[in-house]
Parts: sequence; C-alpha cells; structure tokens
Amino acid sequence: MKDGFPRGQAAIVGAATYGIGESPGLESIDLAVHASVKALAQAGLNPADVDGLFVCLPQDFLSGLSLSEYLGIHPKVTDNNRTGGSAFLTHLFWASVALATGQCEVALIAYGSNQRSGAGKLVSAQKAPYFEAMYRPMMPVAAYALAASRHMHQYGTTREQLAEVAVSARQWANKNPEAFMRGPLSIDDVLAARMVADPLSVRDCCLVTDGAAAIVLTRADRARDHAKRPVHVLGAAAATTHSSIVAMEDLTVTAARESGQRAFAQSGYGPADIDLVELYDAFTINTILFLEDLGFCPKGEGGRFVSGGRIAPGGTLPVNTNGGGLSCVHPGMYGLFTLVESTQQLMGLAGERQIANAKLALAHGNGGTLSSQVTAILGTAETL
Amino acid sequence: MTDTTTSPPTLPERDYLRFLSEGRFMLQRSRSSGQYVFYPRVAEPRTGATDLEWVEASGMGTVYATTVMRQRPPTPNYNVALIDVAEGPRMMSRVEGIDPEAVRIGMAVKARIERNGEACIVVFHPVEGQNAAQAGDTK
Repeated sequence: MKDGFPRGQAAIVGAATYGIGESPGLESIDLAVHASVKALAQAGLNPADVDGLFVCLPQDFLSGLSLSEYLGIHPKVTDNNRTGGSAFLTHLFWASVALATGQCEVALIAYGSNQRSGAGKLVSAQKAPYFEAMYRPMMPVAAYALAASRHMHQYGTTREQLAEVAVSARQWANKNPEAFMRGPLSIDDVLAARMVADPLSVRDCCLVTDGAAAIVLTRADRARDHAKRPVHVLGAAAATTHSSIVAMEDLTVTAARESGQRAFAQSGYGPADIDLVELYDAFTINTILFLEDLGFCPKGEGGRFVSGGRIAPGGTLPVNTNGGGLSCVHPGMYGLFTLVESTQQLMGLAGERQIANAKLALAHGNGGTLSSQVTAILGTAETL
Repeated sequence: MTDTTTSPPTLPERDYLRFLSEGRFMLQRSRSSGQYVFYPRVAEPRTGATDLEWVEASGMGTVYATTVMRQRPPTPNYNVALIDVAEGPRMMSRVEGIDPEAVRIGMAVKARIERNGEACIVVFHPVEGQNAAQAGDTK
C-alpha cells in the first residue's frame, strides 16, 4: 500500500524551550508546563485551545493524564507513547496524522526534566534486563561505546574523528546563549578528558541537565493565523530494531537507514536538499552513525565526513546548530529539542547561529540504545 | 489445552540461572527450526515456536565488540563485551584473564562459569594460541 503520510498538512506554529541547564526547585512537570505555555503564547494560543496532547515525562508513566490535569484541559487525543528519547518525534508522526484526519485541532507536544537538580545523574526510563545487569554495564554509555568499538574496527574510525563531533557541537553552542556548556574545546581536550567507557571520554558523552521543550501544531490551512512562518511536517517515519544492545544485529547500522528513507520519500526531498540537520547526539558516535544511515555520506565514511569542521559553524553541512545534547542540553531525553531547534531555524529566530535562507531541516530522534529511530523532514511554506 | 509433553514449562530467567548454579551454561534451541536462542525466552523470535529446549553450550565464542568500564581508583576497571557464541546467538559478558583494555574484537574466547556472590555468571577467557584470524572474525 502507498505511504499515505499527510505531507505538509500539519504545521508547527510554536516552539519553545525552558529552564535549560539548572532549574532547582521545579518538578519535571512544572518545567514542561513552562515550555508549553511559552510555545502556545508564541502561536497566540492558550492551554484551553489544546485538544491533542502528546507527552512523556521521565518518571511519570501516566504523564498524559497528569499534564492534561495540570493544564486544565480535556484532550480528545492523549498520547503517552514512549520509545525512549525519540518519543517526541514519534509524537510528531501521530500528531500529524491526527490533525490531518480531523481528530484534533491543536496538538501540543511537551517534555520536561529536572534530572540535574533532582537526581544529579541520568534518570533511566528502563531497568536493565538481568542478562545485561549481571555484567554491570554502565548504561547507556556502554552500549554506545560497544557500537563505537565496532565502527572503529570495521571502518578505521578514530577517536580524533569522534572528537570532531564534540568540538563542532561546542562551536555551535558558543553561538547559543541558552547552551549549558560554552567556551573553548579542542580535539586534544576531548582526547585528554577522563575516560568513561572506551573509546568514549566524558567529552564524547552528552550533558546531564534540566530542561524542557514544547511545540504546537495545527493543520496547515489555519497555520498562518498562528505563525508568520509555519513549519510544515513534510515527512515523519519511525523504525524499531531492538531494545538491548545485545539484540542489535549490526552495531554499525541503525534503523535510521529505514526511517530516513521513508521520511525522505514522503517529503519528496533527499539529503542534498537539506539546509540543516538536528541529530540526537547522546554520544559522539551517534552523529557519525546517523549521518551515514540518513544518507549524508556512505556507510563507514562518517568519521572522515565530520572532519575538518564540515558540520561546525562555517562548514558545508550545519549539524546540531543549538550545540546538541553534547554542549547545549540533555535532560534525559533530547528528542524534542531537535524539533524546537529545527523550527527556530526555519522560522528565522535562531539569532547568531541562524542558517541563512534555511528552508528544509531534518530532525532525527534516537531511543533506547540505538533501538528506536525516528526521522522528520520539516520545511517552510516554499517547500510544500 | 493439554500439554502432551512430560517436560515442565520453560521459566526463562529462572531456568537459565538455575542451570548456571549447577555449573551448566545452557542455551535454548527450537526443535522445529534448529535455531539457537539467547537470551532465554518462552517463544522463538519471529516464528513464535514454543518448542524451545535447553541444550548445553559449547562455550566457544568470538568477541564481537568490547569496552572498558572506567572506575574511580582504587576500584579496578572491568571489561564489558558482546560475544558471538559458536551456536549463533550474541550475549553480553566480559573477558577475564587479561587486562580489560587488551580485549580485541575477533578474539577467540571460551566460557567459564564464575561464582558471583549468590549467583553464577558466564564469563569468557581468551583461548590460548588462537588469534582473530583463526577464530574467524564475524564481520
């Protein structure tokens, strides 16, 4: 059957972050509500206008209910789908379908976490299965380190190439006043940093921060009432391959290959058309794997591709222009921030880091341990 | 539904750990497909076949991927590896008997059951005199 994704029929009309870095005293749901009202206000809307709610909070498995109650709304569509950090791109997929088929009029996708102030470390949404836990892998970093070991073995990828990803992210963060980690970072700094799980040092790993994000969508026919430059969802597709890293068939190939192909096909565009790329960079190896799997370079070439500042400011392919999970924000689940940054870039609101004439963005979410992959292609009205 | 077999129902986690406590490293195999399954389950992936039986593993394996869990001194670092066992499935384990940093992808390894407090776990040791080429790196 033909892929009937409603290309361009849903549009993002508001996108906001809140509390990036440290927000002591606020619960995760408080942070999510701050981001939500900010994104709604940007679109000239109130919580009462929301009839489609998509959310997952770190430790609240019924957060669709608790956030509805907190906002004082009675949504027709309440989606608490959890696919790990990619959940919010999964939400984007379903919100697009729900809007296009008249199931709701205003969709809100929200997330917030106080994991830095609250727990002081990554709050995992999943207990390790016994066949993993008995070997005491530090998860999730161990899984990504294993994938990196494999990529280095098969393709000759080096620690310096992994470090290029962290250095590029930092250079973008230095242009983003909201980013939590700013300041100089060199390849040598990354290589000399404390090792966590070989070959990954602490600078190959994402931050642990507080933070919240929200986006608001309407149908395209009323989007111009709410935003000067609405951001249309041209494609969104997901693929899941495993949960435990033990069950991942080839640690150098992710399901982003499949989600990316489908999302690009829905959109009618290809990698060469994309102006900016927002990838879920929980670890430096992620950026390399996803650039390969999404078709920006051949398999195995990711390390060479990111070298020489190609994805840094001034490079030919802007990647993670907010500073990413590595240098901007990573409150346990980062996925929604890829959509907020894509939106702000396409709306022309990205300040010093603005990509000139940005019309097409790719946002990509990762969940679990390279387990769930979700790709979205977003575009301005000119790309419809 | 009548169970026509005399064997007791499979209790995946409990059976696996009980075998280990008896000094036996067991994998599951489907009677119909002949495929080995790990981690233990009540049905074979994809086919859904519930005719899984426990069979003793050869214990031979190859390192598929490896990392070192860095600890704050004086706690020693330790290895975490993915091992492709000779029967086909992949499992998480660690390679012992050499420095955790010295574990290499493609290394031939052999299983050993180690008592770990109350529980028993399967760990692997390098096979003497074998290298990656002889072990047949599973690229």
